[in-house]
Amino acid sequence: MIVAKRKPLEELKNQLKDYKKVLNVGCGTCVAVCLAGGEKEVAVLNAELDMARKMDNNPIEIDAVTLERQCDREYLAELDAIAKNYEAILSMACGVGVQFLAERFPEIPVFPAVDTSGLAVNQDVGWYEERCRSCESCVLGQTGGICPVTMCAKGLYNGPCGGTNQGSCEIHMDQPCAWYMIYERLEKQGRLDCIHEFIPAQDWKNQVPRTLVQPGYKKVEETEAS
Amino acid sequence: MKSDSNLEKVLTGGHFAFTGELGPPRGTDAKEVIEKAAHLKGMVDAVNITDNQTAVVRMSSWAASLLLIQEGLEPNFQMVCRDRNRLAMQSDILGAYAHGVRNMLCLSGDHQQFGDHPTAQGVFDIDSMQLISMVKTMRDEGKFLSGTEIEGPPKLFIGAAANPFAQPYEWRVHRLAKKINAGVDFIQTQCIYNMERFREWIKQANDMGLTEKVYILAGVTPMKSLGMARYMKAKVPGMDVPDEIIKRLQGVDKKEVAQEGIKIACEQIEEFKEMKGVAGVHLMAIEWEHKVPEIAEKAGVLPRPTI
Repeated sequence: MIVAKRKPLEELKNQLKDYKKVLNVGCGTCVAVCLAGGEKEVAVLNAELDMARKMDNNPIEIDAVTLERQCDREYLAELDAIAKNYEAILSMACGVGVQFLAERFPEIPVFPAVDTSGLAVNQDVGWYEERCRSCESCVLGQTGGICPVTMCAKGLYNGPCGGTNQGSCEIHMDQPCAWYMIYERLEKQGRLDCIHEFIPAQDWKNQVPRTLVQPGYKKVEETEAS
Repeated sequence: MKSDSNLEKVLTGGHFAFTGELGPPRGTDAKEVIEKAAHLKGMVDAVNITDNQTAVVRMSSWAASLLLIQEGLEPNFQMVCRDRNRLAMQSDILGAYAHGVRNMLCLSGDHQQFGDHPTAQGVFDIDSMQLISMVKTMRDEGKFLSGTEIEGPPKLFIGAAANPFAQPYEWRVHRLAKKINAGVDFIQTQCIYNMERFREWIKQANDMGLTEKVYILAGVTPMKSLGMARYMKAKVPGMDVPDEIIKRLQGVDKKEVAQEGIKIACEQIEEFKEMKGVAGVHLMAIEWEHKVPEIAEKAGVLPRPTI
């Protein structure tokens, strides 16, 4: 899932300092699961902002709504009738949701309430670890299911580098060396031949904004044009 | 001959190679480079010019390489994958070659987190293995990584690093083989202190026939002090400093520690001269360039061959 971390209260206060009537929009999917921007976090943040603004003698009227998802038009439509009642919108969704919301209501300033940090696994409640950088050229089949782009601090395709340190990465003893893990796993599977082959330079696909259209589907305007 | 490099001539001529290292300054003073270079002149076959080593900003490695050429020394231009993408790498290679650079060392580079700009974006567009392959393609096929033709390809002698002491040990020799397949001509190893481990690694390389395909220069860094030895042991990732080295330095009078460090280095060099599969020594006398003449003399590697 996509994971995110709530921004510090001071930063959020600063973003909203000129607005007196604000709608805080939570997102019920990824950021709710990772405890950053679901219904509960919206309520907590609103209480904090309400109190902080009172103390600053600059009261704010801040309402709450949590959508199923902010990356889907169907759910954003729920705000169409009420958005115009607000001077600004705060979104607790990931960067994707914030942008889709801002796109839907271009006349209203939209502010992010969280910092999105990536695609991660749930190790335990409140503990998430990044696993994918969405490079669009997956090599996990060759690397024992361990991503060298994400898990190696240098994103090496032909590791490990000389900085591997008793199974740890050179950046920190707590960070396992991805290529050490790749070696160990492939060795256990008897598949070390997978990494004897030189992996050539990547054709990076994530250097432009990407659009994905699944086979058998078309973009809406293309469908309309045809 | 693949290049017009002096180092290549020394190695192909069957001589025991001896290379040095010079770290560019953290400023614009060319004199600093020239003074360091003066200590190395006539003492080594080529001088590695480090590229923002430990991820700290310094005078660019190609610029310091040019200063060395002007002083009549041969640089070994180091390039890391951390700071440049494939466009910048290839253009720097063309420029460096145009100015007389003939050797190049292809490295991943220390992570930016170690340096003076820890929050910089690391580039790593390609890795060191892919860099070797790119330079070889530029030289032998006269083509950029994109496949387009180069007018006047850079005829470089291609080097890379190897660390026999990083785990998993069993993989190290296979990674060396990968670098050879990618197109490397010579290897300079990580600083060697654990001789036993190094002997094992070179034996594996010999057994696999790798030392017939690549020139291996054994990395030697004399210990200047006990503090340096302890720091290298505890803090430098991928460095293997056995307790015997620490004990030996502890066993001499404080004033004699540096001399003992040089003595250890010279003993190592003596062994490397006789070791099958070792084609030379890469002496990394870190911020100790003025000691290189003394070490070269004591190690019996002078005079250097002129070819």
